[in-house]
Amino acid sequence: MNIKTLFTGKALALAASFFSLIAALVLLIAPIDALADSKSISLTNVSYDPTRELYEQYNKLFRAYWKKTKGQEVEIHQSHGGSGKQSRSVQEGNEADVVTLALEGDVDKLRKAGLIDPGWVKKLDKNSSPYTSTIVFLVRKGNPKNIKDWDDIAKPGVEVITPDPKSSGGAQWNFLAAWAFSNKRTNGDEAKNKEFVKAIYRNVTVLDSGARGSTITFVENRKGDVLLAWENEAFLVQKEHPGAFEIIVPSLSILAQPSVAVVDTYARKHKTEEVAKAYLQYLYSDEAQRLQGKNFYRPSNPEILKEFKSTFNLNVQLVNIEADFGGWDAATAKFFAEGAIFDQIYKK
Amino acid sequence: MQAKTVERTLIAIGVAFIALMLILPLVTILVYALRQGWEPFMDAITNDYAIKALNLTLLATAITLIVNTGFGLFAAWTITKFRFRGKQVLTTLIDIPFSISPIIAGLVFIMVFGRIGWAYPFLDAWDIKIVFAVPGIVLATIFVTFPFVSRELIPLMQAQGNEEEEAAALMGARWFHIFRKVTFPHIKWGLMYGVILCTARALGEFGAVSVVSGHLRGKTNTLPLHVEILFNEFRLTAAFSVASILVIIAIVILILRNIVEYKLKQEES
Repeated sequence: MNIKTLFTGKALALAASFFSLIAALVLLIAPIDALADSKSISLTNVSYDPTRELYEQYNKLFRAYWKKTKGQEVEIHQSHGGSGKQSRSVQEGNEADVVTLALEGDVDKLRKAGLIDPGWVKKLDKNSSPYTSTIVFLVRKGNPKNIKDWDDIAKPGVEVITPDPKSSGGAQWNFLAAWAFSNKRTNGDEAKNKEFVKAIYRNVTVLDSGARGSTITFVENRKGDVLLAWENEAFLVQKEHPGAFEIIVPSLSILAQPSVAVVDTYARKHKTEEVAKAYLQYLYSDEAQRLQGKNFYRPSNPEILKEFKSTFNLNVQLVNIEADFGGWDAATAKFFAEGAIFDQIYKK
Repeated sequence: MQAKTVERTLIAIGVAFIALMLILPLVTILVYALRQGWEPFMDAITNDYAIKALNLTLLATAITLIVNTGFGLFAAWTITKFRFRGKQVLTTLIDIPFSISPIIAGLVFIMVFGRIGWAYPFLDAWDIKIVFAVPGIVLATIFVTFPFVSRELIPLMQAQGNEEEEAAALMGARWFHIFRKVTFPHIKWGLMYGVILCTARALGEFGAVSVVSGHLRGKTNTLPLHVEILFNEFRLTAAFSVASILVIIAIVILILRNIVEYKLKQEES
């Protein structure tokens, strides 16, 4: 008798039943999420890196508001990471009801992917930017390398920390601000501008994938002389580590406008359109605007911004993406697309 | 005398290296976790998100264990007790997760089950979510821990050969009976060893899970991912507290592993 013939039939049957068991298991746990969701309304907000503290507080505010006006509990799930990376994950099937990303371009990629309906920029006030920010320098106490402006960080021997523009929205704002500074000085000499940003990126010693990663590198791991940071992130670091760092506002920076939008396709699928829209609209309410100010984002409501004039340097000259770079489509194509200026200068 | 010196030097180097590379970091975690006292530590590990993350990690590990133990047994059985063409290829294929980067493993699932993946239209029609949901995390964990059990069993079963099973078969024993009475007693401790290694790896898996998770707190966040989030939010004490749960589990596993290893040696002699 051959052992092979003896075993094959039943072993095969057992193997088959085993694998169908796996399939059943996977199918069983798949709908668990859906079941849990049906009890109370649930909202997923996929956001960028530095907004962790802001949305933790805002979600509490919004839940109370929604409970009061609609009598319904809303559970909000947060996800944070580099803006480009987060946009990518939503495109790949991370089903966010709303996205609150670092830049318009990252939200618009979702429109191009067919997830957000056209015309989203105009659906909310201020081009769907409830709060703005700008780019500043964070240096160590006493400013040992005497960094005052953009040309100081292009000098040899200064270690610069900034995230990767390919995956981080903040990093793109950093890059564009540096470019704008050079462009003003050279009166639009592209070759010289390239040289200038190249000198800065030659000084970059750690290129993290998101703004928060860069902050941790600079603050906790103590790498580098200067961190190119969101203004809100720089203030947050000062709050966490009083006295250890100084904020340097350069002579020229950029008006950074983070964008928010409902991800229409997913919201329709989850039947959360109403709450998703309200969630974003409520960001413009006076309470929410003040909360943003307290978290060091510049409120878009000029009246409320004035209440924070002792916090923010409102005199810094800010270029903006529409007027100075011709909008995000043009800026992306020129600077951050495959083989564009960032790739050219970073190669060597 | 000379040999004694060499021996001592080698032991000293070994101990110093292990202390520096392994013990010190682990102790650091515990020190940081308890730096601000007992209360922040308890707060961090009884936090709602931490508990949900722990549950998810345990769920993924449990399913992974069931699947990989079952598969490991089948694979080892097939490879060692039968002769067929392509056996070498099969053995190599089982080892793929060992040589592949976990990031690639995660991306593979995105490319298959994600919105741009080929299986998506089907999944969407049935409203099944794989990636950026719990099933994706389970799949990724299964993938990276796939070979542990079979890797342990194959050499063991190979060394034993088929004679005993064939004898039992000749005497008219049914196959399940053969497995239970003849094969299993031999591989019992080897199987345990594989299962323990698999558990340890599944609990700590970061890379592949990070790619497919979507990082939704309280929903698709495993314990290792939760540690990263806390760390990124400047909550170092909380991050280290949660990390210490993983360290404690790891130490328990280590002790179990040593017991099993001891049994395995006894069996062999």
